[in-house]
Amino acid sequence: MTGDESVAGREAVTEGGTDAPPLLEVRDVGKTFGGVIALRDVSMRVRAGEVSCVLGDNGAGKSTLIKILSGVHAPDSGSYLVDGAPAAFASPRDALDKGIATVYQDLAMIPLMSVWRNFFLGSEPVLGRGPLRRFDVAGAKRTVREELRSMGIDIRDVDQPVGTLSGGERQSVAIARAVHFGARVLILDEPTSALGVKQAGVVLRYIAQARDRGLGVVFITHNPHHAHPIGDRFLLLNRGASLGEYAKADITPEELTSLMAGGAELEQLAHELSRNGPPAGPGTPPPP
Amino acid sequence: MTVADERLAGTGVARRLLIRPELGAVVGALVVFAFFAGQSEVFRSVEGVANWLDPASTLGIMAVAIALLMIGGEFDLSAGVLTGTVGLVTVILATRYDLPVWAAMLAALAVALLVGFLNGLVVVRTGLPSFIVTLATFLMLQGVNLGVTKALTGTVQVGGLRRAEGYEEVRAVLAGTIPVGGTEFRVAILWWLAVTALGTWVLTRTRAGNWIFAVGGDERAARAVGVPAERTKIALFVTTAAAAWLVGSIMALRFTSVQAGSGVGQEFVYIIAAVIGGCLLTGGYGSAIGAAVGAVIFGMADKGIVFAGWDADWFTFFLGAMLLLATLANRFVRRYAEEVKR
Repeated sequence: MTGDESVAGREAVTEGGTDAPPLLEVRDVGKTFGGVIALRDVSMRVRAGEVSCVLGDNGAGKSTLIKILSGVHAPDSGSYLVDGAPAAFASPRDALDKGIATVYQDLAMIPLMSVWRNFFLGSEPVLGRGPLRRFDVAGAKRTVREELRSMGIDIRDVDQPVGTLSGGERQSVAIARAVHFGARVLILDEPTSALGVKQAGVVLRYIAQARDRGLGVVFITHNPHHAHPIGDRFLLLNRGASLGEYAKADITPEELTSLMAGGAELEQLAHELSRNGPPAGPGTPPPP
Repeated sequence: MTVADERLAGTGVARRLLIRPELGAVVGALVVFAFFAGQSEVFRSVEGVANWLDPASTLGIMAVAIALLMIGGEFDLSAGVLTGTVGLVTVILATRYDLPVWAAMLAALAVALLVGFLNGLVVVRTGLPSFIVTLATFLMLQGVNLGVTKALTGTVQVGGLRRAEGYEEVRAVLAGTIPVGGTEFRVAILWWLAVTALGTWVLTRTRAGNWIFAVGGDERAARAVGVPAERTKIALFVTTAAAAWLVGSIMALRFTSVQAGSGVGQEFVYIIAAVIGGCLLTGGYGSAIGAAVGAVIFGMADKGIVFAGWDADWFTFFLGAMLLLATLANRFVRRYAEEVKR
């Protein structure tokens, strides 16, 4: 990733509003499933026009945290604040009504349906009334085209099935959809994990677009190289607990990587994987 | 407009045409027509057209409803035998209980809608495959049709609808003929065209249509964005039952008597017509027009084999070959539509 340059000089955009309460905040939240403590005492804040990254290895509690943020689970302990006021969501729909939209990696789109049908699925614009109430097809197509273009998303044809889009394009359309439907906070669940380097870059660019429009973004990932260039704060999770929340200025990508993997473990691994002595040339029998 | 993308490379129009679900059926229909028209002069005459559009019309009404249901990701194996149930209820009530024909038909409609509703309710509430649920309905209805008919009449058929009150009026609307250029066409053809137009409008131009594609394409994803999946599926089963009522009524009015085993075996023909018309067995893809064209192919083959002077026993062989070809073509289209560019 060479995203550092693109982020530089952008600080002016996020100024102001630091006195306002964060769009979304959790304080010391915890969640247990039976005897398993999935998450304990985790705090994070999401401000408008900022990207808050949640980093952690598999099993660190990232999914549990997203599910709390998106209204799927209620936290067992701690508090959840939206615009500084306590919030309790009964379902993801409640969270969505407050402008908190979640884009899941696999639940984003229906492959056999066209881009414009997917875009408005569940919230189709209608014309007419009574038995003549109908899907405003022309309006829907126009809106999708405009919305994608304003986000700088280059989709060849809104009539093509979503299945023909690349993974990155699919994520981008899903992000554009959430923005269009008035999301103030965008929760992105591993949007870059299944993507190649180039595609991941495309998605990161749209995350930046959403941020520049003043949305608060929660970016969940296990890839510090994707997180560091775009993130403003970094919440590190390990085995259900927080390893701390860092501002971008306070942490380097190397430190991020090392913290995430549990520094000592990584060094141990590097040691184990390193070769003993000079590499064996071709044809030379391996040492006994 | 944006500048044309270099990745389109001029294949846009061809691709858009190929990807239409009804394309295979339309090409197939043209081939079948050309084939039988070459074999028989009667087949291509106006009388011949009126003749083969007749079986296409009643089958087509059902095929369109089944296509909608299949796009929504479900099957209905009880739809064929339900047309028999509708006919039996109508004729029994009109002849044995002296109800006017329209009242008997309304009662039959209530029965049909109830069967459709229960099919849908059991499918969405239990999560069982609709193939199994409606197979059970199919077997139960088959038993009821035979058992009740035998208990009431001592035979396996009920008749005498012609003498019932108001028969002629209802018959003119549903089972009569209208002359077009000196040839009598069945009025059912108009119903079939109306049902096809309505099905196409719902599928492509309403919110419900978007939901049908969505619940068949990926039910979990559809629910996640707030599509009322259960309501959509139940409505599809009820729609299929309503179509079965229309077709059952047309048949009963036309023949004035109904066999207890009427409609059995038709359920697969409906599915075949829908699949030839471009519906995927896995749901989420297909068209109402395609299903109607699939029914035309069926009607042409059904009558064409007779016009060409062949043994009608060969009909099912022909149908099987068409089905295989159509499914292969559909698989090709689906791969084309779903291929992911990396």
